[in-house]
Amino acid sequence: MAEVLVLVDHLDGEVKKVTFELLTAAREIGSPSAVVVGAPGTASKLTEQLGAYGAEKVYVAESDDAASYLVTPQVDVLESLVSSVSPAAVLVSASADGKEISGRLAARVSGGLLIDAIGVDGDLTVTKSVFGGAFVVKTKATKGVPVISVRPGGLEAVAAQGAAAETAVEVPAVDAATATKITGREPIVGGDRPELTEASVVVSGGRGVGSAESFSVVEQLADALGAAVGASRAAVDSGYYPAQFQVGQTGKTVSPQLYIALGISGAIQHRAGMQTSKTIVAVNKDAEAPIFEIADYGIVGDLFKVAPQLTEEIQKRK
Amino acid sequence: MPNIVVLVKQVPDTYSERKLSDSDFTLDRESADAVLDEINERAIEEALVIKEAHGGEVTVLSVGPERATEAIRKGLSMGADKAVHVVDDSLHGSDLLQTAKVLAAAVGKVEGAELVIAGNEASDGQGGAVPAVLAELLGYPQLTHARKVEIDGSSVKVTRETDEGLTHLEASLPAVISVGEKINEPRYPSFKGIMAAKKKPVETLSVADLGVDEVGLDAAWSTVTEAAPKPPREAGQRVEDEGDGGVKVAEYLVSQKLI
Ligand SMILES: Cc1cc2nc3c(=O)[nH]c(=O)nc-3n(C[C@H](O)[C@H](O)[C@H](O)COP(=O)(O)OP(=O)(O)OC[C@H]3O[C@@H](n4cnc5c(N)ncnc54)[C@H](O)[C@@H]3O)c2cc1C
Ligand SMILES: Nc1ncnc2c1ncn2[C@@H]1O[C@H](COP(=O)(O)O)[C@@H](O)[C@H]1O
Repeated sequence: MAEVLVLVDHLDGEVKKVTFELLTAAREIGSPSAVVVGAPGTASKLTEQLGAYGAEKVYVAESDDAASYLVTPQVDVLESLVSSVSPAAVLVSASADGKEISGRLAARVSGGLLIDAIGVDGDLTVTKSVFGGAFVVKTKATKGVPVISVRPGGLEAVAAQGAAAETAVEVPAVDAATATKITGREPIVGGDRPELTEASVVVSGGRGVGSAESFSVVEQLADALGAAVGASRAAVDSGYYPAQFQVGQTGKTVSPQLYIALGISGAIQHRAGMQTSKTIVAVNKDAEAPIFEIADYGIVGDLFKVAPQLTEEIQKRK
Repeated sequence: MPNIVVLVKQVPDTYSERKLSDSDFTLDRESADAVLDEINERAIEEALVIKEAHGGEVTVLSVGPERATEAIRKGLSMGADKAVHVVDDSLHGSDLLQTAKVLAAAVGKVEGAELVIAGNEASDGQGGAVPAVLAELLGYPQLTHARKVEIDGSSVKVTRETDEGLTHLEASLPAVISVGEKINEPRYPSFKGIMAAKKKPVETLSVADLGVDEVGLDAAWSTVTEAAPKPPREAGQRVEDEGDGGVKVAEYLVSQKLI
């Protein structure tokens, strides 16, 4: 069975959830091979986790350069693996880095580039959601090896034991003239809440929340539900909440089981980032707010009355 | 300072309805109002700021149908010096890799261009990969998703902002930069700028002029086999809060087995 290369997304010795989703999809296509690119000593912490989601092989590409240059070390490693193992496909996360890696790799190996998949079938038909979920499109690579970036949270991760046999591979030397050096990192410290794109429940606040201080109303409801907190662009632009939590066309795309919108009007650009959520609940004091057109359950009322009461009800039921 | 090329793209306005054409599933560009993609205004702004500090000439470059001239004009009226417009019917249906190849060839036509500035992600395709692929094709370093750019001689420093946080980047010119939403506030074209733009040179190039082949739908590396509008979501229940709104939502969530 042909191998399917899965680029491992990792941070601080932890495999990101999207990698498990990719490994799950890879199992339908062929034999999953995880590819770890990072500083020396990275893979040993990850192999067991990768095996638990069905990785048969783990290619270990470690060097100091691998961690200190942007994107190109991953492209170099994948390129050399594509030529040595002729995989059925290459899967990467549709993160900012992953989209760039997949684009460059496809250009280099003349592969078929498929961006931001929400589904990948065993025959390599890829499902995409375009224009913020207004269209669902099926697409296929017509030539070359398919290089597919998959949206985090798009697929479900299912555990399955794999052999996770390690093979060391070389990180090709970096060409300083064409590479970009990473001179420092300031990762976002996640806190205790789940990551926005990975959360099964998201509670978002909009301009209706009114101030940065009042966002605690949103946070308390989120914490009662074990949810991630999101925000509309108006809330971000007004300085109520940090930009990395913005949901929408220019923010993040989420599709949780449950999305609760508090004081959000539901502009088309906001909907673009959340309308594929399974269930949508909205609280807005304007009965005409467009968010009600897509909400499964809407309360016309003051979020400062409704949200705390809901928080309390949830705590009671625990 | 070396010359700068800014990549600009005309996109359907996100406020209008966006559709795929029934015949070949490509973007139906006629159905929606077209505008210069918001992020590209920031790319132009950044180029102008660099020019003001270091000199050099700013060229806007667009690959797209006839009416992309409106986006080009906007760039010129903001203050860019000249423009290159690649327009060719054979480009219809090109995928991201093909578009990047055309862009790379066109950048090569701009004299003394050592810095390419793009938006980080277009609002129509959400590819988020053109700048990186362009860097790959040109053999330039990529400093993408910038929220801050500093140029010092031939060295470029960028603060990259993504979901992961900030990454500090450094590379040497020539280079490709893509800018993120928070890099700057684009200027409005002045009346003088708008008048001056009418006289600025716009060079029109065809695919043959650039010597690229295999463009367009039939030569694309990927094909769309099906496309369907997603059935619109139906509005569900909507109730007035009568003091028990929170309780009602909790009951609903229980009924849906969500809590
Ligand atoms: C190119 C482009 C990209 C964009 N990208 C995004 C994006 O990624 N994400 C995004 O969100 N937006 C985006 N926008 C902006 C979008 O058009 C809207 O302006 C924005 O979503 C509005 O945010 P809002 O709903 O919080 O604010 P508003 O539209 O001001 O709505 C606030 C709502 O709160 C309600 N309200 C007020 N007080 C209360 C209360 N006490 N209790 C209950 N309800 C209350 C009001 O009735 C109102 O409906 C984009 C716009 C453009 C042009
Ligand atoms: N056809 C095009 N013409 C000019 N610039 C483009 C074109 N397509 C993409 N770009 C540039 O690449 C950026 C990112 O686009 P994308 O990778 O498609 O999301 C855009 O903001 C533009 O700066």
